[in-house]
Amino acid sequence: MKQILTLCCVLLCTWAIPSYAILNVEITQGTEDALPIAIIPFSWESEEKQPDLSSFKVISTDLLRSGRFAPVPEDKLLSRPTSTENLDFKSWKVAGVDHLVVGSVRPAGNNQFAVKFQLFDVFKGEQLLGYSLTSDGDSLRYTAHHISDLIYQQLTGQKGAFNTKVAYVTVSRDQKGDSYKLEVSDTDGFNPVTILTSSQPIMSPSWSPDGTRLAYVSFEKRRAQIYTQILSSGERLKVSEFRGLNGAPVWSPDGKKLAMTLSKDGNADIYVLRLEDKKLSRLTKHWGIDTEPSWMPDSQSLVFTSNRSGKPQLYKINGAGIKPRRLTFEGSYNSSAEISKDGQKLAFVYKDSSGFKIATMDLETGVIDVLTEGPLDESPSFAPNGSMILYAEGQRAALAAVSSDGRFKQRLVAKEGEVREPTWSPFLK
Amino acid sequence: MRNYILLMLAVLILAGCPAQPTKDDDAAKAVTDAVETGKLAADGKSQATAFTAGDEPYRKDAINDATSPLSQKVIYFDYNSSSIKEEYRDLVTWHGRYLASNKDMKLRLEGHTDERGSREYNIALADSRALAVSRMLMFQGATKKQIEVISYGEEKPVALEHNEEAWSKNRRVQLVYEAM
Repeated sequence: MKQILTLCCVLLCTWAIPSYAILNVEITQGTEDALPIAIIPFSWESEEKQPDLSSFKVISTDLLRSGRFAPVPEDKLLSRPTSTENLDFKSWKVAGVDHLVVGSVRPAGNNQFAVKFQLFDVFKGEQLLGYSLTSDGDSLRYTAHHISDLIYQQLTGQKGAFNTKVAYVTVSRDQKGDSYKLEVSDTDGFNPVTILTSSQPIMSPSWSPDGTRLAYVSFEKRRAQIYTQILSSGERLKVSEFRGLNGAPVWSPDGKKLAMTLSKDGNADIYVLRLEDKKLSRLTKHWGIDTEPSWMPDSQSLVFTSNRSGKPQLYKINGAGIKPRRLTFEGSYNSSAEISKDGQKLAFVYKDSSGFKIATMDLETGVIDVLTEGPLDESPSFAPNGSMILYAEGQRAALAAVSSDGRFKQRLVAKEGEVREPTWSPFLK
Repeated sequence: MRNYILLMLAVLILAGCPAQPTKDDDAAKAVTDAVETGKLAADGKSQATAFTAGDEPYRKDAINDATSPLSQKVIYFDYNSSSIKEEYRDLVTWHGRYLASNKDMKLRLEGHTDERGSREYNIALADSRALAVSRMLMFQGATKKQIEVISYGEEKPVALEHNEEAWSKNRRVQLVYEAM
């Protein structure tokens, strides 16, 4: 009964506060070389009653979560300048702060706000960025993420991915049975939306390259079927229901094809479905298991897992009928590869004597970097800018993220139940 | 039957390859294991003769009779393996003969793995396990129409702990009978 009550509570909260976060973020390993930055709380520039401006606090958390920055905690700020006229760069410099962000908000009518912010280089004493943005009252949080993106890009030279989404599967088990949910939230766990609820397993969500759809596997008919679903309308399409396996759907980067694993012709092999005319072609043909395809940026070649050598290893195939090339030789278990958007790195599940971990491999040099400690890590997914890798910690049934260089780690803990199979969205328009 | 021919072919191809790299030892082993099913299934016959000595061992309700070995409907596997272990070969043989004697019965083979490794690989591994059982059942006369294979991979564990004891319970194929 208690669980039912908790569930009701959650549902109510979801309705009442749309920004309710299903995941808590904990930084589990910081870096010493993060860049100190002071973000002054945004000021309200109007005689009108001040609205809730706490959304802008996410600029600090975003930058902190990137592992590249060390924002000064709000209670440790030297001062809170509201004007940029006579900023005391010298004292910020003495305090060891490299960059300073000052911002303000004023009403612009019709539940609209004008948000202004400036980024300063404390050492040079000059402005690096200055923007005026218009935001809906309901989307201040997204505007704040956008500001984080702009600051991140200015200072790291890399496009920010704070305004992207993550899809994942949650499972809660009780006496009445299991409840599986496919959810999409902001990357900090806020604004979760349930895409599908089922008493049977939901697996392997994959984003379309334009970020408007998800493909996934659902066992709702007591057998595996692959669906694609339009996120804005909820409209969905069954794309595969062959006898046997229907799994591991992945959209090609050009959006025209879906690679998947089917066993209709014997055992697990990889097939490619051309979405335009539903033409299905077989890519691999082997008595061993071939599964977990991931596309290279050219939308032609793929990396996949095969146990044709006896144990699961990664292979690359350049097209149907072409002999796959084995990529991994180190370790007895390498699987579930995802290729970074630039095609330079693989993130995958790597097993050594202490368990299953997330590793990357440089596709040019073949060098493997083991990034996590295990013991049951799985489902790696790159941020669209390649800076972080999201994955699932099987032992804790939680999500975690690690920077691609392994130096910075954080955990995203579900407030209840298990959370798994995170998939980072592409950049969204 | 076709599967056996394919497997035999695979063995012949492998046998014909000069000097397999050591990395491929396991592959060769997997094939050999599968081919051995035929031999062991034949062995199972003598065991089954003893079993037949009972009173109508393959009568329709034997699967629900706690005193019949047919009431045992779970087959366990080794880590990352889809070969049917020695101790389960007789049991699978008997279920195969039961299906051959009761053509109006249907059997759903639900394949499962433990939680280790990646989910989609585990779905395929669990499918291989269920297919291995299916092949042995058909060798004993069960027909394709009677058997349905569903793979759940690691999605439906019976034990939720993260240790070998739980994992060994989860690496299984469940036999679920239904009247046609």
